[in-house]
Amino acid sequence: MIEAPAVRRTVAAVLALGAIVLATLFLTSNGALPWLGGEQASRFHGRDVSSENWAADFSLSDASGQARTLSDFRGKVVLLSFGYTHCPDVCPTTLAKFAEVRHLLGTDAQRVQALFVTVDPARDSAQVMRAYVPKFDPSFIGLRGTTAQTDAAVSSFHASYQINERHGEIEVDHTASTYLIDEQGKTRVVTPYDESARALADDVLVLLHNG
Amino acid sequence: MRVLLLLLFLCAALVPAIAAGDASAAPSLAVSDAWARATVEGQTGSGVFLHLLSSQDAQLIGASSSAAERVEIHEMRLVNAVMTMRRIERLDLPAGKVVALDHDYHVMLIGLRQQLQVGHNVALTLHWLDAAGAHHSTDVIAPVRALNTSVVPSSGSKRD
Repeated sequence: MIEAPAVRRTVAAVLALGAIVLATLFLTSNGALPWLGGEQASRFHGRDVSSENWAADFSLSDASGQARTLSDFRGKVVLLSFGYTHCPDVCPTTLAKFAEVRHLLGTDAQRVQALFVTVDPARDSAQVMRAYVPKFDPSFIGLRGTTAQTDAAVSSFHASYQINERHGEIEVDHTASTYLIDEQGKTRVVTPYDESARALADDVLVLLHNG
Repeated sequence: MRVLLLLLFLCAALVPAIAAGDASAAPSLAVSDAWARATVEGQTGSGVFLHLLSSQDAQLIGASSSAAERVEIHEMRLVNAVMTMRRIERLDLPAGKVVALDHDYHVMLIGLRQQLQVGHNVALTLHWLDAAGAHHSTDVIAPVRALNTSVVPSSGSKRD
């Protein structure tokens, strides 16, 4: 067996380096050790897209016709979903869930803004949006734009929608997820439609308190 | 649990008829928990949600209502986070099993003739075929519930 000092130094250096790497991984993962069999490294119930650095934004109008962009909501955590008012089930359920999230957040609800972007501006007039969106919560803001503005908003959130007319029937397909945008205007989390209000509220709380 | 009890009760009630080979047992369709989602002014479509329980294998083949120009049975799907809704021609109603039209399926009202307001009722007629292929109609009264009513998938749809 060779016991040369050079080999011992190398072994010691490798061990020290390994310890530093382990410690760093442990500290940066908030104590979760995904590589030791944990489910996921994310602090969120939804999908963490922070590292993807989306340039998500929009240029749309609110119910009063005022132009709005995402930067108007800096300083608040934004819950955003796409939909349309003729949607019988998924869209009202999502908006009702946003209202439940506000309820669960208590006083932190003031630091949250829910936005509903229609993908069907042809049928969702400003008048319809004005009547529809506040039914879920007076603070909610409905947004609509031209087809080009709608397309730009949807694609900037890596979402999709499609409107087909078949036998006089209008079919609207759209991404049903919820997007969480932090107080700095960065899109952080994408939450699937069937996630609970509690999980969504928890993710909002992480953004508000541990950004 | 209540649904389960109802199912057990129904099965128990059906057993004598089946055992006796009684083909004359009249096919029936029980409708429960029907409601329609309220609309705002200018909104021309909405959904009706209900639970169906057929005494024999049957098929829902459509619906009609004077409240809307057209009434369709829709299937909702989530594919890669994208929601799609498509009209279906028929929906199987297996004997003795509650089929929930409250999430994966719903009745779609298209071209509403007037705004649906809480406190009103929507009258509609379901069209269905029994096991022998005979056509039947069942009238339903769906009270209008608030626009912000959440649809919670019932025990009849998936968990049963």
